[in-house]
Amino acid sequence: MSLVLTLASRNLFHDRLRFVATMVGVVFSVVLVMIQMGLFLGFGRMVTTMIDHASADLWILPKGAKCFEDPSLLDVKLRDRVATMEGVSWAVPLVIGFSDWRLESGEVTPVFIVSADLRDGSLQPFNVADGNVQALTQGANVAVDRSYFDRLGVSGVGSTAEIRGRKVRVVAVTDGIRSFATTPYVFVDLKNARNYTGTPRDRASSVLVRLKGDADREKVLSAIRAEVGEAEVLTSDDFRSRSRSFWLFGTGAGAALFAGALLGVIVGTVIVAQTLYSSTKDHLNEFATLRAMGSSNAYIYTVIIYQALINAVIGFAIAAGIGSIVVQMTAKSALPIVITPWLMAALFALTVVMCVASGIGAIIRVVRIDPATVFMR
Amino acid sequence: MNDHVVEAKSVEKKLGRGAGEVHALRGIDLSLRRGELTLLMGPSGSGKTTLLLVLGCMLTPSSGSVTIRGTPTADADKEALARIRREHIGFVFQSYHLFPTLTATQNVQLALDIRGEHGRRAAQKSREALAMVGLEQKMDSLPGELSGGEQQRVAIARALVANPSVVLADEPTGALDGKNGQSIVRILAETAHERERAVLVVTHDPRVVPYADRIVEIEDGLIVQERADRPRMPTPVPFRA
Repeated sequence: MSLVLTLASRNLFHDRLRFVATMVGVVFSVVLVMIQMGLFLGFGRMVTTMIDHASADLWILPKGAKCFEDPSLLDVKLRDRVATMEGVSWAVPLVIGFSDWRLESGEVTPVFIVSADLRDGSLQPFNVADGNVQALTQGANVAVDRSYFDRLGVSGVGSTAEIRGRKVRVVAVTDGIRSFATTPYVFVDLKNARNYTGTPRDRASSVLVRLKGDADREKVLSAIRAEVGEAEVLTSDDFRSRSRSFWLFGTGAGAALFAGALLGVIVGTVIVAQTLYSSTKDHLNEFATLRAMGSSNAYIYTVIIYQALINAVIGFAIAAGIGSIVVQMTAKSALPIVITPWLMAALFALTVVMCVASGIGAIIRVVRIDPATVFMR
Repeated sequence: MNDHVVEAKSVEKKLGRGAGEVHALRGIDLSLRRGELTLLMGPSGSGKTTLLLVLGCMLTPSSGSVTIRGTPTADADKEALARIRREHIGFVFQSYHLFPTLTATQNVQLALDIRGEHGRRAAQKSREALAMVGLEQKMDSLPGELSGGEQQRVAIARALVANPSVVLADEPTGALDGKNGQSIVRILAETAHERERAVLVVTHDPRVVPYADRIVEIEDGLIVQERADRPRMPTPVPFRA
């Protein structure tokens, strides 16, 4: 270990109480930022889960539709016009909307109906854990997620309940299709979806379009846009971005998460800056001695920066450990915290920047040292 | 060959401003030569420490000139002065100023580290410097585990390890008892006479006088007396504790 690193680490570890206080500050700050950003990512993924699992290339939506759950409707005849266009493999109407689910106990809970298309596979239940999805085409059958069993008062395939007064039977169970709004998704076939949501036969929430493999995407997209001027045509990526943008920024949820993260950064910076400054002040005599011996300012800055980096590395390691526990604990929750390798890398960089920036106060203090003071003490 | 390592000519130093201004040095002419132990003596407030700071490149003179091995300090900025100190001057302080969290070897090695000398070679040189002052058995001790005399010997090893041209010592025996003070004086004398360094010791300690080649007395910022070429105690054999 280089001597400057040894000096930096000894300066830090010499006062254990202060070191612990610094670590608490760094860890608190990093964990707070990690959770906020993890929630941001988790929220971002959750609000687009249906778009992510649809096999559509294009979404035809009512003008101004903001997200998958948007209640606006469009004319379903659009579907017939688009389906016959060159380059289009299939076009399928999608009906979504809120409805009432009555448990066998008589209790009522809101659910979010999603029409499943089993013929073309545009959007159907995924992560199927039990039962037969194909049975959705027969009678009043539904697919629900096992995480909502308690809410829906069911125990698995074969359980029954009522939607808008009509008896339904669970024929398939999925695992992990959770709604960020905590309203359970219920997959049904298109006809039943209309009945349960009160959507007229000539209306649909959107039309999902799959292009042929050899189609010129831009050309077909332009052609469809020209054909359905009264509606909007978005690629899946565009629709995903729009949904995320709406839920994260249109609702203020994202801003709140970012504000929390910013608070974490501020708290961490202040705590580390305060303890580094205090540590530097305690070691001023040693820094003055170094200066008297002829050390350059850069050498002294290196000691302080190393102290900051040691704080960053140890603090981040502890925070990462706590973060991974939090991720595991929330994996099955309504809003799981998602921490990606990129987020981890960014957080480490942020921690380093935060700790090094915290050293600026200490460096400014050290710059003012008069080496002659060592002769006065 | 010019033996003058440090040369001060007509050095004046004013400290403070306005009504609080103090004329600390009033035209000092002084040379420090290789192989010579010079004592700087004088009453409190006479300007000893100010002169030490000027000669040690921590202060620049208000007028006059100071050169360290031919390099003038007058126009040097803080970093340039630090470089001169790093390359040419070793300091010994009354209060030792060792780093309490570093071992004796690491304390000495710091003087090399700031000069860009790192690694095993630097560690080896540091151990040799400690052995030279008789601390072979204390190399891994922390300052808190050493006596005052041992700490001052570590400080001397630190001052010498980078092979400076001049050693400036400020009351090096001031905090030590008789026996330890005597050992420190002998090491400084050996540094001057055997190692051919210029050594300036600011002191009130009469124990140092017999080892001095020259005694400079200062009063009110002026050199009032300079005694040179007087008989001194023979150079001791290389010091061992």
